[in-house]
Amino acid sequence: MTQALFGQLLVGLINGSFYALLSLGLAIIFGLLDVVNFAHGAQYMLGAYLAWMGLTWLGIGYWVALFAAPAAVGILGMAVERLLLRRLRGLDNLYGLLLTFGLALAVEGLFRQGFGISGNSYPVPAQLTGAKNLGFMVLPIYRAWVVVASLVVCFSSWLVIEKTRLGAYLRAGTENPRMLQAFGVNVPLMFTVTYGFGAALAAFAGVMAAPVYQVTPTMGSQVIIVVFAVVVIGGMGSILGAIVTGLGLGLLEGAAKFFWPEISGTVVFIAMALVLLLRPAGLFGRQR
Amino acid sequence: MNRIHLSKLSLALLAALPLAGQAAGVSDGVVKVGVLTDMTGAYSDLAGPGSVAAAQMAAEDFGGKVLGKPIVVISADHQNKPDVASNVARRWFDEEQVDVVADLVSSSTALAVMPVAAAKKRITLLSGPGSDPITGDRCTPYNVHYTYDTYSMAHGTGSAVVQQGGKSWFFITADYVFGRTLEEDTASVVRAAGGKVLGAVRAPFPTADFSSYLLQAQSSGAQIVGLANAGADTVNSIKQAHEFGLTPKQSLAGLLVFISDIHSLGLEAAQGLYLTTAFYWDRDDESRKWSQRFYARTKKMPTMVHAGVYSEVMHYLQAVKAAGTDDADAVMKKMRETPVNDFFAKNARIGPDGLLRHDMYLARVKAPKDSKKPWDYYQILKTIPPDQAFPPLSASKCPLVKK
Repeated sequence: MTQALFGQLLVGLINGSFYALLSLGLAIIFGLLDVVNFAHGAQYMLGAYLAWMGLTWLGIGYWVALFAAPAAVGILGMAVERLLLRRLRGLDNLYGLLLTFGLALAVEGLFRQGFGISGNSYPVPAQLTGAKNLGFMVLPIYRAWVVVASLVVCFSSWLVIEKTRLGAYLRAGTENPRMLQAFGVNVPLMFTVTYGFGAALAAFAGVMAAPVYQVTPTMGSQVIIVVFAVVVIGGMGSILGAIVTGLGLGLLEGAAKFFWPEISGTVVFIAMALVLLLRPAGLFGRQR
Repeated sequence: MNRIHLSKLSLALLAALPLAGQAAGVSDGVVKVGVLTDMTGAYSDLAGPGSVAAAQMAAEDFGGKVLGKPIVVISADHQNKPDVASNVARRWFDEEQVDVVADLVSSSTALAVMPVAAAKKRITLLSGPGSDPITGDRCTPYNVHYTYDTYSMAHGTGSAVVQQGGKSWFFITADYVFGRTLEEDTASVVRAAGGKVLGAVRAPFPTADFSSYLLQAQSSGAQIVGLANAGADTVNSIKQAHEFGLTPKQSLAGLLVFISDIHSLGLEAAQGLYLTTAFYWDRDDESRKWSQRFYARTKKMPTMVHAGVYSEVMHYLQAVKAAGTDDADAVMKKMRETPVNDFFAKNARIGPDGLLRHDMYLARVKAPKDSKKPWDYYQILKTIPPDQAFPPLSASKCPLVKK
C-alpha cells in the first residue's frame, strides 16, 4: 500500500518536473513582457516535431536535437516578438493573448494537415532505454533523466534571473521598463531575447517529451491548460512560483491518481479555484 | 400552324419521358454518394480522406455509371459534431440530391444523421462508428452498419484472448460512456469464457500520461492488460507500457485499435498487442490486391473503416443496378437479399436491424524482427465467425426485429 503510494508520488514528481519546465517559460514571458503566451503549447509541439523531423529526415539524434530544436524555436520566437507582438505593446494584454492563441491554432492546423492526427513515434535514445526495478516500482531510466534535466534547467534559469546582472536587468524591466531604458539598457532587444528564451524552454520541454508521449499536432493544446493553471496558482510571472507549483501539482496529481483516479484530471483546477479564492495573486505572486 | 403545334406537342412529350422513367429509374438523373466524415480531427487518419478515396474507387470500379446515370461522390467534414453532421445531411438531401450517406465515423454523428435520413427515405451506410444502439434501440429501416461495433470488439478480443491462454485481466479504462461500456462488455465476456478480472482503473479522458495507471496494472500481476480506450489515449498507453517494461511480461489487448494507430506507434512499442479487426490488408490475395490499389492512391494502407466504405458503396451500387432504381425501399430490400461477397466479407448478410454480420479476425502485432515489408504489422491468429463476433438477432433491442 505505502509502497504503491510512493511509486505514484515519484511518477507525480516526474510529471511535475514537466509542468515546472513548461510553466517556467510561460512565467518568464508574462513577467517581463506582460504577454499571456498561448502559443506556448504550439512551441512545445514544434520542439517535439523538430526533433522527430531531424531524426527521421536527416538522421540527427536526440542529443543534438535537445539543443538544436530549442535554438530553432527560439529564433522563430524572436521573429514573432519582433514582427508581431511588439506592435501590440501598450495595448491591453488581451490582444497579445488573442494573437498568440491565433498563432497556436494556425500552427496546429498546419501540422494536422501535414502529419495527420495520429502523430508519430519518437524512440527513447539508446543510452537511456530500459527500466530499473526500484522494488516499489519500475522506473524507466528516461523518466529519471527527465527529472534531473528539468530540475537543472529550472534552477539554473532561476539562478540567472535572481543572481546575475542580466537577471537584475530582467527584473528591473519587469518593474519599470522606461526607467531601465533611460539608464541605457536596450529594453526592446531584451524583450525579444526573453520571448525567444521562453519559446526555447517550451521547445526543450517538447524534445524531452517526444520519447515519452506520442508526437502529435495536438500534444501542445492538451498540456497548455494545466500549465496555465500552474502559472496562475504559482502567481502570474513568478519564476520560483512556477517551479515550486509545477512540482507540487505533479505530486498532488500523483496522489489523486492513487486515491481517486477519476478526479486526477480535475484536481489541478480545484487547487486553482481554492488558491484564487484565498490568495488571488497566487501563492508566490504579489498584488499589482 | 399545325406543324408548330405538333412539334410543341412532341417536345412536351419528350420532356415528360424522363419524368415517367423516374419512378422506376434514377431520381434527378444522378446517383450521388455523400461521404460524411471527420476530415481533420481525431478520426481523420482512420476514416477521413481515406474514406472519401475508398468511395471514389468504388464509383470508378463500378464504371462511373449505374443504370446509365452518372455516379457522383461528394464529401464533407462533420468535425465530429452531431449538429454539423445533421445539418450537412439535411442540405444534401433537400438541395443536393444525395441518395446515400457513407462512413459517418464517431457514433454521435451517425445517431444524429440516421433519423434525418430515415425521415427523408435516404440510406445511411455506416463504416466508422461502433456504438451498439445504432443497431439496437435506435435502429432505422434505412441504415446499414457495416464494419464493426463495440460488441464485436469486446467479444472478439475478450473471448479469443482467454482461449489463447490470457486468463487474468486488468483494465485501463477511459472514464466516459464509451470506455466504461467497452470495459463492462469485455469483462463479462472474459468471465463467461472462464477468465478472471483482477481490477480496473478509470483514467480521465483524455489523458497523456498513463504511468500511474500502468504501475497499477503492473502490480496487479494480470496476464492481460485490456485498454478500454481509443485514439490518442490508446496510442500513449501502449507507448508508455513499453517504456515501463510492462510488455512483454504482460500482454496488452487493445479493444479499439486501427492499423493507422499501429503505423504511427511503430512495431517496437506496439509488438505483442492483441486486437480485433474486420479487415487486414495482407490477409489473402483479394485483400492485398485491393489494398495495394488503395495504397497507390493514398500512400497509406487501408484501415478496416476504409475497406468497409469501399465495400458498402459497391454493395449499394450493385443493389441499385439489380433493383433498377435508386428508390431507397427497393434498394434496401435488394441489399438485404443479396449476400456481400468481396475482398472485405464472404457470404455476409445485412440483418433486419441493419447490422452486417461478417467474419472478424483476432490479430497480434508482430515484433520488428518478424516484419518483412512495410505495413507488415499483424499476425492473424484466428477467424471469429459472425455468430460469435456479433450480437444474436434474438437479443436485439431494435424494434424492427420481429421475434
